[in-house]
Amino acid sequence: MLSKEQIAQRIAKEVKDGYYVNLGIGIPTLVANFVRDDIEVEFQSENGILGMGPFPFEGEQDPDLINAGKQTITALPGASFFDSATSFGMIRGQHVDLTILGAMEVAQNGDIANWKIPGKMVKGMGGAMDLVASAENIIVAMMHTNRAGESKLLQQCSLPLTGVNCVKKVVTNLAVLEIRDNAFVLLERAPGVSVEDIKNATEGALIVEGNIPEMTL
Amino acid sequence: MINKTVAGVEAACKGVKDGMTLMLGGFGLSGIPENSIAELVRLNVKDVTCISNNAGVDDFGLGQLLQKHQIKKMISSYVGENAEFERQMLSGELQVELIPQGTLAQRCLAAQQGIPAFYTPAGYGTEVAEGKESREFNGKMHIMEKAFKADFAFVKAWKGDEAGNLIFKGTARNFNPNMCGAATITVAEVEELLPAGSLDPNQIHIPGIFVQRIFKGAQYEKRIEQLTVRKK
Repeated sequence: MLSKEQIAQRIAKEVKDGYYVNLGIGIPTLVANFVRDDIEVEFQSENGILGMGPFPFEGEQDPDLINAGKQTITALPGASFFDSATSFGMIRGQHVDLTILGAMEVAQNGDIANWKIPGKMVKGMGGAMDLVASAENIIVAMMHTNRAGESKLLQQCSLPLTGVNCVKKVVTNLAVLEIRDNAFVLLERAPGVSVEDIKNATEGALIVEGNIPEMTL
Repeated sequence: MINKTVAGVEAACKGVKDGMTLMLGGFGLSGIPENSIAELVRLNVKDVTCISNNAGVDDFGLGQLLQKHQIKKMISSYVGENAEFERQMLSGELQVELIPQGTLAQRCLAAQQGIPAFYTPAGYGTEVAEGKESREFNGKMHIMEKAFKADFAFVKAWKGDEAGNLIFKGTARNFNPNMCGAATITVAEVEELLPAGSLDPNQIHIPGIFVQRIFKGAQYEKRIEQLTVRKK
């Protein structure tokens, strides 16, 4: 079973040379730590920066330089700043190559829910609806089950949707899955996790074709 | 040169009345019009509708207007980090319309640029699309969103000149340029107010035509919401 860091580490392998990448809050943010040093990647934060760098050194923080999670950040050489409409123009115009975000639920048809729990949590969707509606390449980083052990990979989302038919790939603490033919297609198992374990933790339709390899990090 | 300078925040906020719709720039607490917000608190205008990506924190930014129950309705994309907001929303004292962040920015820009409505895929198939016209373009479904209508836009820039030209800094730019000229009156507060001719025309982010009033903010706290640092 993977830790949150390891989920991020596995997703980092999907980040290719020359990609502009938007990282969501939570596990996706950690992906930046694991991207190979020998490729060129630029991180976009939807509040208005391309070329986002690591956190600043103590005492060098700038209140005018934050990411979408409102954390203080730095700008790398070659970075640019822009307004919010331009930022979402990049996203809607499909100039961003990869979007990595978290989810509360994903359904076998690619629907995603991650912004609202009626009566409990209503913080808003932020940029998530724009991202999932427009991105060609969306990877969801999430735990396979909730704290009660119930599957978060479902036949149908029970929570209010963020987007429809949009998720292509899911990386969880148990597996890497592709969404295809109205089902979760199992691609890889986490170390020490069996196909049986994944079947038991997946409420949505699961397709297991041939031998499923154990993932490498 | 048409001079847009006003004496200070009091003159800048003249004409703000109860029940008006106000746009306020900023993302989180970064790039918010701190001085204008303080004046709106002092003026105690009531029942205002605020268009702003976030609602501040309990004791800073728009949180200060919420504390005094001045806001009737918020139109935002993300409103976490504010306990009083949550309380007023759940008790029904405050109306809240949550919309996708890119849609919010584009509705401001549409108002600035005289585009009455536009289509976006954001929110299609979700509760955001309820009651909205939808239409297929290039094999993909989109929903129609309309330009905002607002009485005042309050924005914050880094540098400005007497002609109302503005330059923003870092990610404090965010929604501020999109809100300029998107309301009947745009008020820009700046950290540095310079004579016309001091700014390089090549470097202007927002031309003064989109700004009606400009003033130098008396002071800026620039509070950081999530301080994250590395050790040297």
